[in-house]
Amino acid sequence: MSSKRSSRRRFIKTSAALASLGAGMSLPVNAQIPRPPGYPPRRPDEHYDYGIRSPFVTSKRIGTNGQRGTDPREGRPRDYGFRTPHHELFGTITPSSLHFIINHGYDAPNIDPVEHRLMIHGLVERPVMLSLDDLYRLPAVSRVHFIECSGNSNVTGRRFYPGWLRTQPEATVQDTHGLASCSEWTGVLLSTLLEHVGVKKEAKWFIAEGAETGFHSKSIPMWKALDDAMVVYAQNGEPLRPEQGFPLRLLTPGFEGVNNVKWLRRIKFTDQPQLSKRETSNYTSERADGTFRWFEFENGTKSVITRPSGQMKLSGPGYHDITGIAYSGRGAITRVEVSTNGGRTWQDAEIQGTIHSKAFTRFRLPWLWKGEETVLMSRSTDDKGDVQPSVAEINQELGLNLSHEWLEAGNPGTSHFNGIQPWRVKRNGEVENALFTV
Amino acid sequence: MHYLLFNRSLVLGLLTLLLTTVDAQESPFGDIGHTPSPAEIENLDISIMPDGEGLPPGQGTARQGEPIYNTKCVMCHGPNLEGRRDYRVGRLAGGVGTMKSDKRVKSFGSYNPVVTTLWDYTRRAMPKFEEGSLSNDEVYALSAYILYKSDIIGQDEVMNAETLPLVVMPNRHGFIPSALDEIPDIEARGCRSGRCR
Repeated sequence: MSSKRSSRRRFIKTSAALASLGAGMSLPVNAQIPRPPGYPPRRPDEHYDYGIRSPFVTSKRIGTNGQRGTDPREGRPRDYGFRTPHHELFGTITPSSLHFIINHGYDAPNIDPVEHRLMIHGLVERPVMLSLDDLYRLPAVSRVHFIECSGNSNVTGRRFYPGWLRTQPEATVQDTHGLASCSEWTGVLLSTLLEHVGVKKEAKWFIAEGAETGFHSKSIPMWKALDDAMVVYAQNGEPLRPEQGFPLRLLTPGFEGVNNVKWLRRIKFTDQPQLSKRETSNYTSERADGTFRWFEFENGTKSVITRPSGQMKLSGPGYHDITGIAYSGRGAITRVEVSTNGGRTWQDAEIQGTIHSKAFTRFRLPWLWKGEETVLMSRSTDDKGDVQPSVAEINQELGLNLSHEWLEAGNPGTSHFNGIQPWRVKRNGEVENALFTV
Repeated sequence: MHYLLFNRSLVLGLLTLLLTTVDAQESPFGDIGHTPSPAEIENLDISIMPDGEGLPPGQGTARQGEPIYNTKCVMCHGPNLEGRRDYRVGRLAGGVGTMKSDKRVKSFGSYNPVVTTLWDYTRRAMPKFEEGSLSNDEVYALSAYILYKSDIIGQDEVMNAETLPLVVMPNRHGFIPSALDEIPDIEARGCRSGRCR
């Protein structure tokens, strides 16, 4: 500390001496080259220690319905879901700092990774407690996968749920689709851990549990453990962020977000599901006949145009690249089609880069806008042959009549809504959400 | 000759190694990690299953639960267990039989399929801001009070590890698929990717 201060004082003294020496003398010519605009005197050490983005880049997460809920008892920010700003991002990897957050109303705990343990027990031959160092010794994999909340892009109409602003003309793509993000995750496949503990034949389910207040727990079918579920300790090349479950989380590729248990402390193999609160009270879908769908798991194929999208303004007629993201909870994206005339005709979009299974896939289509009012929309297809449905198709399949009137009358909407997202481009170039108005 | 013998013993050696590796009694990764003691497992394992597996000793009745409710729960869940819209707290009791009607009143009593969810969640997450502070007896008594207020059990019925799992919730069959063994398979569950009819 003191040496730093004295060296700084020495530097100030030396520069003062140099300045007095230079007074009245003509400077060498190259010293008169102006500094580039915006060149800072010296960046604080933090820029070199970890890296800070340009002050001109301001994209950030926002809460559901454009606000953070406040907890009435403590006045603290409480999450109704903090959303990824897709309209300001590029490519397929969401920066860890902008990955969406849902913590069921609890703050992320600060867990000491040296103290943290994952216990694996239940219907296994050899129950085990694993430290992070133990997990580092086991074979690791790195895979690109999205996580999506089952409430993402939902149409529910209820004010505090994602469905309210989501249906309004002023919604941005962050409001409509911000509860999905995609990362490269590193960790140990659950199938590898199964070899380590020797799972018994009777095991049909496993229960994953977090270490946060309330100990969120979720039952998941056994086949997912044998297939592609992972215990993850790193995201985009560095340890998980606290909001993403540091030091450990479960990753269940393609399954609705609630299954990807953060701050993972326990996995229990069982012969039945637990039917815990977030398998019964929440994360179910109401049907028009008063029954409820539970354990829906796989997120359907979905795509959305991120540019141009809600609340953007086109600078004028002429060439504009249309771009967006597509993904499926059951496999890889094989096709994305785009319509620039409200669904009358469709063209195949170009798919960019490597296609990963259960991961964001970037698409683009060149577009010459003549200045007319029109509606842009995209439609994805996955390698299981599933095609992203229209709102009309969803209504027909679920016996609903989703519309502004239907929701305002208090009728149920639906979660797992993966309908086609329309964006209206007005004559003046302004873009608005056209859900229900195409 | 010597060469062949050597080769044969090498093959046998490799086979033996392979057989011990695939033996379910041993991990291919050796002894990585620590084997938890039964006490360590019991201490961490807080899962309560629908058949009551995991329920600890203790007991309570609705009559005993009422004063506990009025001290520790009423400020968020309301004097009549009606919940509080401004706190986003749902109803705990009432509305039994309305789930198939035009005016559905969703509460723990009218909507939830199994009773163990109530016990499990109350112990792990209630009361808000003082999570983990309730004794097992208090959790049994509060569960009894909440069930009593939905007319599912009587005021003096004792709830404990044996009696609680026997309580049948009115909406047990309001969930699709009703059979739990149909859930894992997407086809049996009647879903396409992402959407289930």
